[in-house]
Amino acid sequence: MSINRLTHLKELESESIYILREVAAQFEKPVLLFSGGKDSIVMAYLTYKAFYPAPIPFPFVHIDTGHNFEETLTYRDDLVKLLGAKLIVGLVEESIAQGRVVEEKGFSASRNKLQTVTLLDTLEKYKFDAALGGARRDEEKARAKERFFSHRDEFGQWDPKNQRPELWNIFNGKKQLGEHFRIFPISNWTEMDVWQYILQENIPLPSLYYTHEREVFERDGIIYAALPEMPRRETEPVEIKRVRCRTIGDITCTGLTLSSANSLEDIIDEIASSRVTERGGRSDDKRSEAAMEDRKKAGYF
Amino acid sequence: MSESKTHGYLDMELLRFSTAGSVDDGKSTLIGRLLYDSKSIFEDQLQAVKDASKRLGGGEEVNLALLTDGLRAEREQGITIDVAYRYFATPKRKFIIADTPGHIEYTRNMVTGASTADVAIILIDARNGIIEQSKRHSYIASLLQIPNVVVAVNKMDLVDFSEEVFNKIIEEYKEISKILKLKNVIFIPISALDGDNVVDASSRTTWYNGPTLLQMLETLPVRKDENNLPARLPVQFVVRPYSNDFHDYRGYAGRVSGGTFRVGDEITVLPSKTQSKIIAIDEGAKSLNEAYTPQSVTIRLADNVDVSRGDLLVKTNEPQPIVSANVSLLVCWLNHRPLNEGGKYIIRHATEETRAIIKAVHYKVNINTLENIIDDKNVKMNDIAHISIKTLKPLKYDSYSDNRVTGSLILIDENTFETVGAGMIVHDLEDEAFAI
Repeated sequence: MSINRLTHLKELESESIYILREVAAQFEKPVLLFSGGKDSIVMAYLTYKAFYPAPIPFPFVHIDTGHNFEETLTYRDDLVKLLGAKLIVGLVEESIAQGRVVEEKGFSASRNKLQTVTLLDTLEKYKFDAALGGARRDEEKARAKERFFSHRDEFGQWDPKNQRPELWNIFNGKKQLGEHFRIFPISNWTEMDVWQYILQENIPLPSLYYTHEREVFERDGIIYAALPEMPRRETEPVEIKRVRCRTIGDITCTGLTLSSANSLEDIIDEIASSRVTERGGRSDDKRSEAAMEDRKKAGYF
Repeated sequence: MSESKTHGYLDMELLRFSTAGSVDDGKSTLIGRLLYDSKSIFEDQLQAVKDASKRLGGGEEVNLALLTDGLRAEREQGITIDVAYRYFATPKRKFIIADTPGHIEYTRNMVTGASTADVAIILIDARNGIIEQSKRHSYIASLLQIPNVVVAVNKMDLVDFSEEVFNKIIEEYKEISKILKLKNVIFIPISALDGDNVVDASSRTTWYNGPTLLQMLETLPVRKDENNLPARLPVQFVVRPYSNDFHDYRGYAGRVSGGTFRVGDEITVLPSKTQSKIIAIDEGAKSLNEAYTPQSVTIRLADNVDVSRGDLLVKTNEPQPIVSANVSLLVCWLNHRPLNEGGKYIIRHATEETRAIIKAVHYKVNINTLENIIDDKNVKMNDIAHISIKTLKPLKYDSYSDNRVTGSLILIDENTFETVGAGMIVHDLEDEAFAI
């Protein structure tokens, strides 16, 4: 490698920090959407770095479906303290209680779709004009086409056919009253980049990402945690297995991977030799071929 | 796995390339092939494509083009409506592909996708040779000053892998690259459908001794000259912690956009021309001795000078940018509402925002024939034109051919706030590489 060439990780980091600083400069009330997953953890650390030694200039918002792994919530609260960030929690339970959404019924019920309403309500309540998310373009085909600065109308909707052209590194965050932006600073990172960065920066992760023994059951080829939040059919017996999370969503949509990886190096080797994508274990994407496209148009991340 | 791959993966280089081709040139198939043969496709993705191929009547044959078709709207219409980004890595490099559609109405997407590219891949159908669209793609590569152009002559299987056909296309294309002053053009005969010379060398082109497309992408030099440019740092954000621990801290955050800054360098702040010296370069909690392109850092200066977002830090002893409100540029128009000569627009240039009036439209470029049009000054969507603007605040700029960051700007509609134009600054058009 030639001297004075950034590695791919340094170049990606630099691009993301550049975008985070643009957001702080261009918007009045930005917010960082924190899910508790590894991508939003990386986002949190990048944000800390972008403004250091000044405090992070915007709050974190967590949309809590009420079906989260306990480890996710503990980790979240510790991280916020460590980085000195302010946390706002939006509760899907509250949206249900207020009659804003109706809970899905049956065994495959998930609050994944409901959380869009809670998210939009929370953005509205605090008048946030830019919401930062840790979505990556390699995750899903609809995301592959989304800009860094994704313009949303007053209903929070994404119009894939009418996106603003995004040239060089010039970002246009101008908007009409009531409109807002979703911003994805780590768009160009792949799953592997995220893991390598976590290793390089020595970022602590929730224990769910490492191998552990757990009560699980299988449904449609996906292994789920056997927890009260996830009702089982009689034909779905509970077994004990060594598993870990490759992605973390809420309990009802997080598939677990059989794995004995208990270090970041193990995880990276496992991903390097894996033959399925990380979203292959996400039941929210399996609902239809255009599931993500439809959810995004409705205001989802 | 016998040995950990971890270490080798941490210090790869990043290469960004764009792909352009006409509707049936096999661009999606090429990208699909590149991903498939470099083992970047996962089983669940492949299964989804197999299912879709079958459903669309393709039988058991896997249609690799479907790997890159994104949205439902596109699958229904069988087209690509926007720039899509794809990622893959080999042990040597990590790649970002900007996959841009080639229809006539989507020049704007091509410009968008190619604006950050190190390499442009232009697909040519071996049966059809160079067509108008090939010229348009080449013009855009030249306009955006993409350092390397790879002409992939595709569908060689349909011309019996004829060396004669391949050489004829090279000869014809050399005319174009001469007119456009393209710097580094590489020709590769391929069959995206069968995989010849994409990742693996073909046994059917024994007359071709060059690298495969992937070998080429793995070895092309990446932006090697950036650090030799005059140093530029557009200030994004002023970091002021106002805390007890960092009471007097005042740092200027930004991304190095050309050249190298070192602690101790004499600095000029533009447009005020205030001078000072770098006393520290911070990256998070780390302090660095130097920062180079395209690092995001925070620079601290010796004196308490007045610096704010939009200002430009440069080195005092290096060639200075132009500071002027009069700017001459080539613009690619991106909006369905035509450019309004005499009209006002918002300008975003590096981290600066100001307003500008369009003073004159000098000529338009017919990018299919590569000729100038002087009798029609109505600049519509997808048109390229040479214009002059006058800005409210002076800009601190270089020519686009010298610096892609300080030489580019966008025009924003004052009412809709849409990005309507992409501008590449030219000093003196007669001397410019893309003057025709």
